[in-house]
Amino acid sequence: MMQVPVDISPWLAIPVALLLICGSIITLVGTLGLLRLPHFYQRIHGPAITITFGAGSFLLASMLYFTVLQQRLVIHELLISAFIMLTAPVTAMLLMRTAVYRDLRNGRQRPDIKPETPAASGQATTAEVKQHRPDGENK
Amino acid sequence: MKLLLEIALYFSQFCVVLAMLLCMLRLLKGPTAQDRVLALDTLWICAMLFALLLGISFASLVYFEWAMLIALTGFVSSVALAKFLMRGEIIE
Repeated sequence: MMQVPVDISPWLAIPVALLLICGSIITLVGTLGLLRLPHFYQRIHGPAITITFGAGSFLLASMLYFTVLQQRLVIHELLISAFIMLTAPVTAMLLMRTAVYRDLRNGRQRPDIKPETPAASGQATTAEVKQHRPDGENK
Repeated sequence: MKLLLEIALYFSQFCVVLAMLLCMLRLLKGPTAQDRVLALDTLWICAMLFALLLGISFASLVYFEWAMLIALTGFVSSVALAKFLMRGEIIE
């Protein structure tokens, strides 16, 4: 099954195992937050820890393992980490803008703000958005 | 020491698969469409992590390219879905 070499040294096995266990627990915690948190604006904070710390731990473990195993510098995992670091904020920002836009368009309030007159402020924001997009796509 | 690394690899594979199952639950359950897109994005990231884990398990560098491809396609699909949800069209 697994192709782990028999005579692997403890100086390699212990850090790699620690990084793997740390990264997997962080990944699990992030997705648990995605499942358990009550509103979308809180839920989007869950996977951020998966993307940064979880993926970072796994990539570091992979770099360490292959560098020692192949006895040369194997750092092309840095490509993935740079790509993830560049693209994760873009995706999160687009999704958050989408959520705000759709909530305004549907006349829903953000769940953590308690408006004093909910119906009036909801109507106002909906009318404002409809004025901004006059073709009347209020799905 | 071989046993320690194997146990760590099995444990992390179990955790990543469990994380993918939790994302799947949110994907099926999510009350709004943006919840589903967020769950799909996290599912792509977990798949990338699983490819990296397979690479460490089988001591092969081929899985690195799988992980790279999964990260690329995941980003493109998430951005396209988010743009579609916002505007109703992807390329304006």
